[in-house]
Amino acid sequence: MTTPESTTSARGPVPTALDPSAINVVLATDCGSTTTKAILIEKVDGEFRQTYRGEAPTTVEEPAADVTMGVANSVSEIAELAGRKLIDDDGQVIRPASNGQGCDIYISTSSAGGGLQMMVAGVVREMTAASAKRAALGAGAIVMDTIATNDKRLPHEQIQRIRELRPDMILISGGTDGGTTQHVVQIAEMVAPAKPQPRFGSEYRMPVIFAGNVDARDAISQTFDDSVELSLVENLRPTMERENLSPARDAIHDLFLEHVMAHAPGYDKLISWTDAPIMPTPGAVGNILQQIADQRGVNAVGVDIGGATTDVFSVFEGTFNRTVSANLGMSYSISNVCAEASLPSILRWVPLDMDERELRNRVKNKMIRPTTIPQTLESLLFEQAVAREALRLAYEQHKDFATTLKGVQQQRTVGDTFSQQSSGQTIVNNMTLDLLVASGGVLSHAPRMSQTAAMLVDAFQPEGITTLAKDSIFMMPHLGVLSQVHPTAALQVFERDCLVYLGTCIAPAGIGKAGKPCFSYQITGEGINESGEVGFGEMRLLPMADGVTAQAVIEPSRGFDVGEGSGKRVEREIRGGTVGVILDGRGRPLELPEDRDACRQAVIAWNQVQGLAELN
Amino acid sequence: MSQAYTPGLKVTPWTRHRIRRILPIPGEVKKTVGEAVSATDVVAETFMPGNVTPVNVANMLSMPPGDIPECMIKQIGDTVEVDEPLAETKGIFGFFKANCRSRTAGTIETISEVTGQVIIRGAPLPVQVSAYVAGKVVEVIADEGVVIESDVAFVQGIFGIGGETVGPVTMACESPDQELTPERITGEMAGAVVVGGGRMTGPAVRRALEIGCAAVVSGGLDDADLREILGYDLGVAITGSETIGLSLVVTEGFGEIAMAARTHQLLGELAGREASVNGTTQIRAGVMRPEIVIPRGDDEVTAAGDPDRVAGLLEVGTSVRVIRDPYFGLLGTVTGLPSEPQALGSESRARVLNVETTSGETVTVPRANVELIEE
Repeated sequence: MTTPESTTSARGPVPTALDPSAINVVLATDCGSTTTKAILIEKVDGEFRQTYRGEAPTTVEEPAADVTMGVANSVSEIAELAGRKLIDDDGQVIRPASNGQGCDIYISTSSAGGGLQMMVAGVVREMTAASAKRAALGAGAIVMDTIATNDKRLPHEQIQRIRELRPDMILISGGTDGGTTQHVVQIAEMVAPAKPQPRFGSEYRMPVIFAGNVDARDAISQTFDDSVELSLVENLRPTMERENLSPARDAIHDLFLEHVMAHAPGYDKLISWTDAPIMPTPGAVGNILQQIADQRGVNAVGVDIGGATTDVFSVFEGTFNRTVSANLGMSYSISNVCAEASLPSILRWVPLDMDERELRNRVKNKMIRPTTIPQTLESLLFEQAVAREALRLAYEQHKDFATTLKGVQQQRTVGDTFSQQSSGQTIVNNMTLDLLVASGGVLSHAPRMSQTAAMLVDAFQPEGITTLAKDSIFMMPHLGVLSQVHPTAALQVFERDCLVYLGTCIAPAGIGKAGKPCFSYQITGEGINESGEVGFGEMRLLPMADGVTAQAVIEPSRGFDVGEGSGKRVEREIRGGTVGVILDGRGRPLELPEDRDACRQAVIAWNQVQGLAELN
Repeated sequence: MSQAYTPGLKVTPWTRHRIRRILPIPGEVKKTVGEAVSATDVVAETFMPGNVTPVNVANMLSMPPGDIPECMIKQIGDTVEVDEPLAETKGIFGFFKANCRSRTAGTIETISEVTGQVIIRGAPLPVQVSAYVAGKVVEVIADEGVVIESDVAFVQGIFGIGGETVGPVTMACESPDQELTPERITGEMAGAVVVGGGRMTGPAVRRALEIGCAAVVSGGLDDADLREILGYDLGVAITGSETIGLSLVVTEGFGEIAMAARTHQLLGELAGREASVNGTTQIRAGVMRPEIVIPRGDDEVTAAGDPDRVAGLLEVGTSVRVIRDPYFGLLGTVTGLPSEPQALGSESRARVLNVETTSGETVTVPRANVELIEE
């Protein structure tokens, strides 16, 4: 067996001659804000499988204040379960694996300490500033604010805002290469005197990345003094028609490790332990989703709903986008979901009568005591209703953000007169969405899988034929970083152990009259032979086990579309899952009855069909 | 497993309290080690760099940015007053000159040849840090601030709004379940830390504002009232910067809920004492809860509480409060801690505990849904 060679660079240890064939045992951790999750991946009968997992509280705050303690605790849990010694007496991860001890590589992601928080700036909000935001989000950051010359704030207001923020780093972009330098220098001239203070201590020099017009580099360098650590990288928008986000994202990852992580307790040690650069957790999730979509040639959406934030990732036609809805979550931010969505919108999804005043107080009590869990069915159904609205809003924000490049000049002919589309259209298309993956407490820990599927379908409203899945134990971050060093292992584990397939949702787009035919179906395959007709407003659930595939023939009625156009028949292979095949004739966009009683009756009927809860 | 860790809110008649009072940027420390300070004493002071105002002189004079340095009347480092000319064009044969005047007072910080923009920095802004709690300075952190130590009664609330304030403790409700209504707040309570009982009503808070109370402390608050007081619906529990005119501390939670009897009794015993109150709440990693801190005299240091006791262990016999429906607010004693997860009414499986209530009834609740009553 050969030992993977690694060298240390600004980004930590880089596996220079890592031989994938020499890797049989992988140890991976994700250091979250509250929990550190470790998994063990082993080669079993020639295939990589996730075999054991362990978790322990993250230890970045006093009294421990050393992230590696939480890592060691979570790894010890695996060691106990697997009967495999992974940490030696000196507290080091044992490598390489030999005699049933140790692992071949150790990798990690991190979002502890609030993750990576950035401020971005660009010249025009919809163009370079939007590209800068995409680069920051794609690298796994939380974008605290976006400054642009047209963000409707006066210059002194912008400067005041920069002074108030305490980001981990700043990304400035603006101008196309060879174009005017004046506007982007003007942005820098506002950032420089504001002297933004970093989150960590006064000895820390604020990292500023400039990824704008290359001709402005000298002027930008002169604008900032020694109080900042300025990095110059390739323009992220070299021309209006092209985005080049990778150099900026790489610089963000480098600085994340060099500065942000280096100031977090115990990270210098953790960096020395790992065989690949530590990645921000959401960046790693985006990585694996992108790889899956590329490999299978599908369009995919992933969501991770947490207590404070909701992350949405999408890959459509090979283009990756990520958004973080900073104040949409199920505990810390639950009250904000209610404020943004409104309580009546949430109550649409509840099949029971509830007192509004009491609910409002309950929501606030959850906000101030975020670790409590629903004890009663009523409480659970309300939280799942809140989740539907949080997901819906997060997806709306994602759709607004994931657009074609704005500011691109288009050539049009006379033939385009009636079908003109401006630049900046969303690229998220629910009709072409193939795979929808769920993760995060309220989705992962729902007592019934059917509840997870229902929340996904109601919130995302997939159209046509869509496979639904959930991340079994939130393994996507680990696999995202593994895919950097061993893509095959990452993809094998993703397919076999990471995803729990819930089934397939078939939902025509279009609106009809209640009870009138929406579509007919014929599904034939191993152990399944079903056919019938679904009326508008109806739902049906066909059991179809995980691992089973079947041929589905869908014939939509006139005015309904399952992917081939109005009334056009579609034939496709579909896969089963723990829930089965959801036949959704409620139409798209999904509209619930406005009358509260009628709405409740409809929700009760859908609840019954899908077996969501036993309502008395 | 017979015990688990569940933190609760701290309510103690005596504890040795240390606070760091630090400037946001380096400055001058006004106190020395051993000095006694009152809550309102300034312990450190500094000046923040003044606000920055950009002026695009090139645009205002319709000149190319590169020509701006030549047109500047004021140079880097010069002071400028409001309406004073900053720059002037050369005009034609000395006539038809155009000038650009400053809209703000300050010092010229930069003049850009690239953008034609001039940055004016306003006068430095004074920043003072007060002691907030009376006590003794035990440490001076050079150029940054001090550490103050005092023996205090300490009450942690669950949620608050508004920042730091100081005033005498004044009881407005005789029992912990009595609702705090406007008629209980009288004119003599101006500047006081008013202690209610159960829910504080919206009209009571308005009355406290009219009278000029320093703070209101009570068991519960309705979300609808909070919205009316703030003027908006609070989305996330990060507070402290509100400027509504007083600070609020809710000790138990939202809705109709009585203040814990111990808390009410303790505050009642200390009526008339000066209390330092901070409504700042931050429910995120590094949680901050609102607090009521009441310094006690040296002669009062009693065996009322052991400040070094390790708290937070949940075991049979400990007192707890249920913090989630359907038993929200219920107080009782832990009678059992089954180790295996159990199915809840919601069908989820979770680790639970059995609680015997003060009325003798036993209920089962998830461990995540109780908090310890720290004594």
